[in-house]
Amino acid sequence: MGNSEKIKTEKLNAWFGQKQALRDINLSIRANVVTAIIGPSGCGKSTLIRTLNRMHELVPGAKVSGRVLLDGKNIYDDDVDPVQIRRRVGMVFQKPNPFPTMSIYDNVAAGLKLMDAKKGPALDEVVKKCLQQASLWDEVKDDLKKPGTSLSGGQQQRLCIARALAVNPEVILMDEPCSALDPIATAKIESLIRDLSKEYTVVIVTHNMQQASRVSDYTAFLYLGELIEYGLTKDIFENPKNALTEKYITGEFG
Amino acid sequence: MRISVTGDAIFKVAAGVLVASAAVILFATLYVLSTGSTIVLQRFGLGFFTGINWNPVEGRESFGVLPYMLGTLVTSSIALLIGVPLSLGIAIFLVEMAPKVIRVPVSYLIELLAAVPSVIFGLWGLFVLRFWVLNYIETPLSASLGGIPIFSGTPFGLDLLTAGIILAIMIIPTVASVSREVISAVPNSIREAAYGIGATKWEVIRHWVLSYGRSGILGAIILGLGRAIGETMAVTMVIGNAVGPTAMPTSLFQPGQTLPSLIANGFLEAPTPLEKSAYMGAGLVLLLISLLINIIAHVMVSRILKIKGGAVE
Repeated sequence: MGNSEKIKTEKLNAWFGQKQALRDINLSIRANVVTAIIGPSGCGKSTLIRTLNRMHELVPGAKVSGRVLLDGKNIYDDDVDPVQIRRRVGMVFQKPNPFPTMSIYDNVAAGLKLMDAKKGPALDEVVKKCLQQASLWDEVKDDLKKPGTSLSGGQQQRLCIARALAVNPEVILMDEPCSALDPIATAKIESLIRDLSKEYTVVIVTHNMQQASRVSDYTAFLYLGELIEYGLTKDIFENPKNALTEKYITGEFG
Repeated sequence: MRISVTGDAIFKVAAGVLVASAAVILFATLYVLSTGSTIVLQRFGLGFFTGINWNPVEGRESFGVLPYMLGTLVTSSIALLIGVPLSLGIAIFLVEMAPKVIRVPVSYLIELLAAVPSVIFGLWGLFVLRFWVLNYIETPLSASLGGIPIFSGTPFGLDLLTAGIILAIMIIPTVASVSREVISAVPNSIREAAYGIGATKWEVIRHWVLSYGRSGILGAIILGLGRAIGETMAVTMVIGNAVGPTAMPTSLFQPGQTLPSLIANGFLEAPTPLEKSAYMGAGLVLLLISLLINIIAHVMVSRILKIKGGAVE
């Protein structure tokens, strides 16, 4: 509970062209916990996490207003390089998307190679460590030269997690990371998310409420682009204050 | 019922005939060129491919297509060297950077460039480009690097370099529009993943977009090469039309000849069966080179389409 604030959004609005996707979101995300963002399809949950590492603006016609403070500094200030933000705030996507032209090794090493930070054995070490953190090492250690796309869906998603970890981010955003996976692969990713929150701040978007209640410490409920309720996951699921939240988690709509 | 069945049958046969005719035309062309060149091939054998003389004088006949094969190679290489980077730049700009208001009209314009008849490029080359090349490229290069063999000789403007530059302009529509298709086919999820690990726009394009699309882009380049090799009119008008040993390319500032321009220049005036046969032989060599290159291009382009299909799933 005593965790410090890692990300804070202030009056955050986002648009796709004329269509407004987020309305005045004020949200405080704590460090080293898992925060889940839930809500029905189209409520803006994916848009919300994509504004947290400036991925939203890559879509043509997309706009943002308001502030997103990362350790107290607005990432939308003019003097901020979005490339640096994306290294500090990594992302795992809905569909596993390993780089199809690269080997397992190169998928993990890609971000570090861009920075030219490490080479040779030092790089090997980082790749190994990240694959271990993503609990994939034992399954792929003899096949590092094989293409990343040769793995199963769940393995590919863990590879994507390892790839995100390699650039040593502070925050990891996950956009429905299990929606394309079977239950066993999902369970592995969920336990991985718990482990990761010891070292990283994790924000996960999910449409699966059981998943949110299993993995997260805090939950935010979004509806039609607005933040309806935010609090400890336990409170949201057992004691929602807002009638809409209650309806959603009891399955009356969604 | 019976009417539609008969209709289907007629349509089937008609379509079959039309499809077959395409193949028949190709093989008929190959057949005509092969039989037409038997006289010259029997007389000179392999020497037809390695000889450098082109002497139609009766009693002293000697025909070899080596200088024109090399001329074709040199002008096409210049075309690729200049045209491919420009085309890739255009394709990357249009897909990755240009806003829609620019992307759509410019894409049309580039494709319109392909509709310009080659004789128009030839005229422009003969009356305009030739002097630009002469004054702004060849004269300075000759003054500073004249000691290097490929820049030696007195620049004249109607030569291999000008022909290569004209060809570069003419392959841009093909290479740029196919590359644009290939680059658009790169799934956005790859770009996002790359941005997600902190790649800059340039890195995303260089390490991911171009790498994912490489076989398709190679296909585009080879389609452009096919166009450059076969182009006749514009080249004939600016290449200087050297014949015989002087057509052996040694310097870029020297009049040359390609296989198509050789045929265009001389075929109608060939009086003897042997000389006619020599032009047929040149045509056969040209057709075989073009076919080979097109087959390679198609294999590569279909490979990228497969990748595209696989990625969509």
